[in-house]
Amino acid sequence: MTDLAADPVSQAPVDEADLPPLVAPSSRTGLKAVVQRRYLLKLLVRREISARYQGSVLGLMWSYINPLSQFCIYFFVMGVIFNLHKSIPNFAIHIFSAIVIVHFFTETMGAGTRSIVRNRQIVQKMAMPREMFPVATMLTSLYHVGPQLVILVVACGLSGWVPDAYGMASLVVGIAIIMLLGTGFALLLSAANVFFRDVGSAVNIFMNLIRFGVPMIYSYEMVQTRFGSFAQYYLYNPIADAVLLFQRAFWVGTVDPSNPQQPVMPEHLLGWGVSMVGVSIVVLGIGQVIFSRLEGKIPERL
Amino acid sequence: MVDSIRVENVTKTFTRRYQRTLKQITVAKTRGQKTLDEFNAIDDVSFTIEQGESIGLMGLNGSGKSTLLKMINGVMRPDTGSILTRGTISGLIATGAGFHPQLSGRDNLVLNAAILGMSEKETKRKFDAIVDFAGLEDKLDGQVGHYSSGESARLGFAIAIHVDSDIFLADEVLAVGDKPFRAKCMERMLEIRDSGRTLFYVSHSAATVRRMCTRVLILDKGRLVFDGKPAKGITYLGYDEDETENPIDLDENDIGADI
Ligand SMILES: Nc1ncnc2c1ncn2[C@@H]1O[C@H](COP(=O)(O)OP(=O)(O)O)[C@@H](O)[C@H]1O
Ligand SMILES: [Mg+2]
Repeated sequence: MTDLAADPVSQAPVDEADLPPLVAPSSRTGLKAVVQRRYLLKLLVRREISARYQGSVLGLMWSYINPLSQFCIYFFVMGVIFNLHKSIPNFAIHIFSAIVIVHFFTETMGAGTRSIVRNRQIVQKMAMPREMFPVATMLTSLYHVGPQLVILVVACGLSGWVPDAYGMASLVVGIAIIMLLGTGFALLLSAANVFFRDVGSAVNIFMNLIRFGVPMIYSYEMVQTRFGSFAQYYLYNPIADAVLLFQRAFWVGTVDPSNPQQPVMPEHLLGWGVSMVGVSIVVLGIGQVIFSRLEGKIPERL
Repeated sequence: MVDSIRVENVTKTFTRRYQRTLKQITVAKTRGQKTLDEFNAIDDVSFTIEQGESIGLMGLNGSGKSTLLKMINGVMRPDTGSILTRGTISGLIATGAGFHPQLSGRDNLVLNAAILGMSEKETKRKFDAIVDFAGLEDKLDGQVGHYSSGESARLGFAIAIHVDSDIFLADEVLAVGDKPFRAKCMERMLEIRDSGRTLFYVSHSAATVRRMCTRVLILDKGRLVFDGKPAKGITYLGYDEDETENPIDLDENDIGADI
């Protein structure tokens, strides 16, 4: 037991100060470490993008078929059957700008929730900031927003869109809200999903609710007429704000000023948006704290 | 000499869960059965390893070797006690982790290298050497899903063994690949040992341990029961009879012992 003297391999004196310090091997985690290892992050995102639809005939097209099919359902059911496209000008663009945001959020949250369990092979074997996986899912979903934006811009262009600076600022703020908020939820839920696989199923129900909490199939004007001054509470939902910001960026500019039905937007929308960026940062912070708490036990519970 | 790995009073407790769903747990509780059970996979283990030592970690299946390695690697954290390491860590632990069957060998190589901590430059520099070591030049653009299990293991090994680090960990590794490939790996491990890096090697093969290691640690049910010279350690385990003449040219029995 105490036969300790092993043959020293090298006799050269080593100066301890020249060497890296003794540290806990599991110490480098957190979102900051993710940013430090952005080369790996880039490769993980690329893998997810190229692997997601490999082997399917339509490939990347599926990323658009899903939102487009939702678009058709909502457009025909709500617009044509319930006649909403008469009361909301350019109803199609109103819906589609909302779908882009909602889809970005639900994709981030849905795939993000499963991200750690799906990468269990890596998580169980390599020490790395595990925040990497939820963040990579968010970036993958963001990548898919790109072509949807192109569709949106083309559709807007065809409807006589006049872009403006306030609208472009709204666009940026809207995306920022979903990026931060989506990552926050993805962090929290991906860790929770390791301990209770039920989380994944519960998330699906929650995501169905989201579609009705944002002005997609109804307009903000309807919220205001129905709830009056209580309508501002509606704006405490950051996803609703992100949707409104997106509609401010695209839909509002497509309605002809001579149209008797003018789009109604909340007052100080950009101000609301910026505050919601703040709220989303707080959510992200909470997500990170909870993630760090749970993280230590993740590899053994996978 | 300077410390490379310092393990102090480390304990790791695992929970065995017998039931998972609410229904099963309720049924078990009403019958007065146990629903979970805690045990120490690593129990109050302490040792210090100096830079450049090569350690053979031995012990029966389930004695906690992999768990200890995972804690040194930083994948798991000790429940009590502390583990400190100096410098970067790599090894034959996560070989092939994150391989995507639908992506090409080339893409998987680059990604796996990044997972193991290689930078973009380092990967570019070592790319040819890795492909050469794996011996998969002609299949590099094919899907990894179509590789044989030996081929994908070889790719994983080749990447892992090319990562620069101060500490090199290897967990029961030489069980995969064909004979020439195993010999190549063995040679490479000896190179790593002789380059002054710290080597931490889990094996059941007395011959390889004798050849590779300057010191042996033996775990038994999570406790460190031996720490000393390889020859004594092997005697302690009663593995003397498995000796082979030339450890580089491992014979089949010896490989079996490494699984
Ligand atoms: N994540 C885990 N949860 C519960 N028990 C585990 C877990 N990982 C390993 N064990 C148990 O811990 C013990 C030690 O495992 P391990 O370190 O893999 O042994 P070895 O590598 O020496 O064969 C075994 O009894 C194993 O079943
Ligand atoms: Mg093991």
